[in-house]
Amino acid sequence: METPYAIEMLNITKKFPGIIANDNITLQLKRGEIHALLGENGAGKSTLMSVLFGLYQPEEGVIKKDGEVVNIKDPNDANALGIGMVHQHFKLVECFTVLDNIIMGVEPTRHGFLQKDEARKKVMALSERYGLHVDPDALIEDITVGMQQRTEILKMLYRDNEILIFDEPTAVLTPQEIDELMEIMRNLAKEGKSILFISHKLAEIMAVADRCSVLRKGKYIGTVETAKTTMEELSAMMVGRNVNFHVEKKPATPGEVILDVEHMTVASKVHKNNAVKDVSLKVRRGEIVCIAGIDGNGQTEFVYGLTGLEPLVDGKITLAGTDITHLPIRKRNVMGMSHIPEDRHKHGLVLDYTLEDNLVLQRYFEPEFTSKAGFLRRDNIRKYADKLIEQYDVRSGQGPITIARSMSGGNQQKAIIAREIDKDPELLVAVQPTRGLDVGAIEFIHKQLVAQRDAGKAVLLVSLELDEVMDVPDRILVMYEGEIVGELDPKTTTQEELGLYMAGAKRDEVTA
Amino acid sequence: MKKSILKNDGVQSLIASLVCIVLGMLIGYIVLLFINPTGAGEAITTVIKNFLTYSKTTSKLKYFGNTLVKTAPLLMCSLAILFAYKVGLFNIGAAGQYCAGVALSLYAALAWHWNWVLCLLFAVLGGAALGAIVGLLKSYCNVNEVISGIMLNWITLYLTNMLLTRVKEGTSPYTLGVDKYAASSLIPALGLGKLFNNNKYVTIAIPLAVIIAVVVMVVLDKTKFGYELKATGNNKNAAKYCGMAEKRNIILTLIISGGLAAMGAAMLYLTGYEQWNCSTSSVPGMGFNGIAAAFLGGLHPVGTILSSFFIQHITAGGAYVDKTMYCAQISDLISAIIIYLCGFVLFMKYAMNRGIARREEKAAAKVKEREAADDGKGGDQ
Repeated sequence: METPYAIEMLNITKKFPGIIANDNITLQLKRGEIHALLGENGAGKSTLMSVLFGLYQPEEGVIKKDGEVVNIKDPNDANALGIGMVHQHFKLVECFTVLDNIIMGVEPTRHGFLQKDEARKKVMALSERYGLHVDPDALIEDITVGMQQRTEILKMLYRDNEILIFDEPTAVLTPQEIDELMEIMRNLAKEGKSILFISHKLAEIMAVADRCSVLRKGKYIGTVETAKTTMEELSAMMVGRNVNFHVEKKPATPGEVILDVEHMTVASKVHKNNAVKDVSLKVRRGEIVCIAGIDGNGQTEFVYGLTGLEPLVDGKITLAGTDITHLPIRKRNVMGMSHIPEDRHKHGLVLDYTLEDNLVLQRYFEPEFTSKAGFLRRDNIRKYADKLIEQYDVRSGQGPITIARSMSGGNQQKAIIAREIDKDPELLVAVQPTRGLDVGAIEFIHKQLVAQRDAGKAVLLVSLELDEVMDVPDRILVMYEGEIVGELDPKTTTQEELGLYMAGAKRDEVTA
Repeated sequence: MKKSILKNDGVQSLIASLVCIVLGMLIGYIVLLFINPTGAGEAITTVIKNFLTYSKTTSKLKYFGNTLVKTAPLLMCSLAILFAYKVGLFNIGAAGQYCAGVALSLYAALAWHWNWVLCLLFAVLGGAALGAIVGLLKSYCNVNEVISGIMLNWITLYLTNMLLTRVKEGTSPYTLGVDKYAASSLIPALGLGKLFNNNKYVTIAIPLAVIIAVVVMVVLDKTKFGYELKATGNNKNAAKYCGMAEKRNIILTLIISGGLAAMGAAMLYLTGYEQWNCSTSSVPGMGFNGIAAAFLGGLHPVGTILSSFFIQHITAGGAYVDKTMYCAQISDLISAIIIYLCGFVLFMKYAMNRGIARREEKAAAKVKEREAADDGKGGDQ
């Protein structure tokens, strides 16, 4: 008798030093369904998928494909079984083109010569059919995160995979792109592809998934049909308690100007135009200002210019009354600028350092942590790390001596946030602080941002997430093609109006 | 659950290194068998025995001393490699920096009769300057340090030949003997030579190199400077993000690395043990052997002390192989094979870790079955 299941993972257990990442987890994916996998950071979602994809070997449990037990030793085995995956952190070769990345490993050849034209035709056909717009000749390092993801999806489609795994696919997309992705996923499922959709965004799961399996702290909680459940029920299953979706905050009481950016212009690394064009804005004590916009409209470069990672072409930055335009990064940091970076792996952490060494990354040179002779004061570092770990609930396998690389994404982010907030900054620059995090962690981070505001700090939030943009800040500035095109009040504006500004369909003359 | 001693990083490095050594000797033995089966066993034991081949204790001591004399420069070179490696740089230019050390220390000694400390510092300066060139190119022009290092190796070699031709013996291609012509530039022995049957080449250079290994370890592990350097090596972007002067760190690292390699050269040539051949046409192997010594030593300063000695030990041992049975190059070949295998330490460690992990998982599963209810502390230190 044929089973209705394309893939079954039965009683999977996978352990890491000090942590059981998957404890007896069962997941059954029906043919042609969209199955969501929901869970907090460190709940074991990514580990479970890595097991399915052959990146890890489970200690216990079996995997069945169409009812037959299979042994997946590495991603090649998974590929042969028609399993494809878009990872949370993309696996692309930066200096190759989109097309090269898509066909890599399955290049069509004739007499040993590449037949790229055939490949290009197939890729373009797929791209058109599913509305996955990419420029096949652009280098990965030059394109936006959104296009990188579309490249990853095309990679799976190009290989005619039947079982598609999406690991947190919407974390980096704009609202419009998310809608498109949902549509794509529905189409794929209609054609008989089975989709595993890893997410912690309840609204998306409710919108697109047929069924949803929930994990919590490495354990399997249950599987429900989305048609017969509610977001509240799902979130309660995920975190084990009820979660408040709305950010509670008192009205802002803005004080004096802390950050004053005048006519900032920053060059682009991708094209010859400037990425940031003549941007002026002010952030006051006791308010959260959000820069909203679709990915790739100059937000990243603006933050680089502001924090000193890239030089300015033109403009002036004043922090708490001091001109910092030409100051080095260290001076800016010491003067009270904290920066939660967009890419925690690239900038935020030294992944092969321990958690404690990462927690003092902005302060190691202070007398508390370095003696006059230049020796590190390890005792103080440990004490300080223990304090932050406790205060911000940073979870890890071995506490302060855990290597940062082995921690889950959410806990890595918590560590960065702990470090940046505990520095007691004048200005907190938070760039996509909740990227790829779950409801519980997002709630925590939003609370921290509001708490910083209430403590009289200036907070500059850069976000791509519409909910965050609407909920957290006191003022919204919309950035489009390197310019501020509108200032909105989150209390009076609507998502539709915001969307119009973000898409460049509407603009005001703004002098923030 | 008791923590296995095998999971200790130091123990792992040690075992991996030993496995590599044994494998290297095995392959060396097989090569010898192919060339001439009758003498293979004896030849390989000769290589391993080195100075122990001598029957008299006095000779043993004397040649043990000679091995140590050449261990000091090798140790310095491997420290140079290790130091740069911790910052994510592969200082293959150590060989050229070593050359610069030879040139400047010998010239300062033979031409100017400087005090040994000054000669040594002069050499360090030269190596550091070469390192600085590589570092500047790396951080400001993004030139790969391997490329610029290798090219500088050759430039330095011929500059060395040119410079030292001015202080060479009349007819032979060799430089004048430091012991005869510049006795004031010799590194003092402070009685150390007496311990090795009056080996006049055994000087305080040997303990000095060991002390420097310890200093390197302390700097890397315990200081703010080391913290910054390693952070820069692991993640340049994060180092920049938190305000470290990552360009300065890269340059500084290569300066220090170059200085270490050059100091190694001075430590050998200022003993008078060797004279420089002014028609040398290849970069001395010391800097390259330093790479093998650094990896064999598990990239740990104390480990490199042992590995440097071992590599020098077998290199010297190679010279005793019976030349009637094997051609003259056999000694270099055998030590080269063993040194080559020494480069596999990291791979061995990786293989070992996988093996241990597998075994532990099985054991843990059994324990779990037995004490299903008991929730012990699984991951404590």
